[in-house]
Amino acid sequence: MNETAPQAGSPPLAIMLLAAAKRLGTSVLPFVVVILLWQFASLFFPRFLFPSLIDVFWRCIEIFSNGTMFADVLATILRILAGLAGAFIVGGAFALLMVRSRAVDHFLSPILTLFQGIPALSWVVFAIIWFHGVEFRILFIMVMTTLPAFTFQIVGALRGMSKDLMEMVFSFRPTRLKLFRVMIAPAILPDILTAWKVNLGNASRVVVVAELVGATGGVGYQLLQQQQLFDMAGALAWTLQLVFFVLLVQGALTLIEKSAFRYRAVSERAI
Amino acid sequence: MRDAVTPAEAVIHLDRVCKVFGAGTDGSYRAVDDLNLDVRPGQMLAILGKTGCGKSTIFNMIAGLTEPTSGTVRVTGRDPFADFDSFRGKMAIVFQNDRLLPWRSAIQNVELGLEMLDLPASERRATAQLWLTKLGLAGHENDFPHALSGGMRQRVSIARAFATNAAILLCDEPFSALDESTARRLRAEFVRLVKENGKTAVFITHSISEALEIGDRIVVMKRPAMIAYDVSFDSDTDAGERELIRSRIGDVLAA
Repeated sequence: MNETAPQAGSPPLAIMLLAAAKRLGTSVLPFVVVILLWQFASLFFPRFLFPSLIDVFWRCIEIFSNGTMFADVLATILRILAGLAGAFIVGGAFALLMVRSRAVDHFLSPILTLFQGIPALSWVVFAIIWFHGVEFRILFIMVMTTLPAFTFQIVGALRGMSKDLMEMVFSFRPTRLKLFRVMIAPAILPDILTAWKVNLGNASRVVVVAELVGATGGVGYQLLQQQQLFDMAGALAWTLQLVFFVLLVQGALTLIEKSAFRYRAVSERAI
Repeated sequence: MRDAVTPAEAVIHLDRVCKVFGAGTDGSYRAVDDLNLDVRPGQMLAILGKTGCGKSTIFNMIAGLTEPTSGTVRVTGRDPFADFDSFRGKMAIVFQNDRLLPWRSAIQNVELGLEMLDLPASERRATAQLWLTKLGLAGHENDFPHALSGGMRQRVSIARAFATNAAILLCDEPFSALDESTARRLRAEFVRLVKENGKTAVFITHSISEALEIGDRIVVMKRPAMIAYDVSFDSDTDAGERELIRSRIGDVLAA
């Protein structure tokens, strides 16, 4: 009984700070290069093609500080979150049914695959023809475009669970609820978070298309206004609102991942 | 040396059990054929046999994880497959590999079986801590499985099985993946704990030495799982007699 666990020594503070600075520099560098190139282009091209990023910055501040404008950003964010939540709930239910029943799997899989092939713009047209309410139209479009990916990702996560671990948990005779809590939820969480990350990007693109065609408010609607005014600075500023939102949520998901998956062993050798 | 166990006194009772995998005439495989086996309370039965002889199938049927194709399996008088939930806290399993949940710390893994019994959190924690200490893992309670060595992980899985205080322990080659010196240490520890706590244990192995070290009864299986040799002994059995048993088992396995 004298075995010892593998020990990891802590590196000195200076090395850790240097590594952190290097990581920060590496992640910021691409953005700095793009900003510099754009700003350089703004010196030689007309304002409606490449506006100065300083103008864009002030337009962003205006959107943030103006209640009516910021309400448009919030409306879009709520539409994205509602669409993703709806697709996740329906997709999760479909996935459970598909994993439990081969017949349901055989029935739903082709339908969802068919849905995957339908372009987002087609769903926009269908929604406009079928439904009256703007919000319901957008919710429908968001759910239909992200549902197949959510469903297939959850099905994959459920099927990929370790049979050995499942059998071990079963040997303690858990109730369904406890089986879900101690085994299923933690086992599929990594795939669920990945699914949210992937679908968040998709949803933020689709919502703009939906709002562009079928809404009277939101970032997509505002982008349409900027296009009609040939206002590139405005178009960029409104686009950046969505980018900030996606980066913010991606960051939050990454923090959750870091906290929830701290149990994972990290190899010193990268892939 | 054969210790007769009557069905009435048996805690585990298998009567004419068959298990056939696959359907149809072509693809079916008979893993267990017409098996009768009785295990009395407190017995440490080692089931010995070559790889693929059906040991694990018998194990899974006793554990209630696999349903027999025909015949009767009874554990404490009940069907472990049909009455699956009624065995909660009554039967614990130590698997070939540790099967620790990677997202749980060592102590949380030991608490797993206790959570199924709806024990209060403080009681769970105290019991898990006690068993980790008994198995020499004090100080590693909050380590995740990836930070533990193979031997330590297997000890956590043994602690997890003992913590539920189940009367019946089923072990499927739990030390086969460990180096010999660690396996020897854990075997001795395991036998001590089983005897101290008055458990009935069924231990699957393919090692004659391990079976002799652990069991007070050895059943040698031949493919498809049928009993080819059944021998009981105790601590009074002298070295010469044990050598005879070893030699006889070797002959049966080689035949």
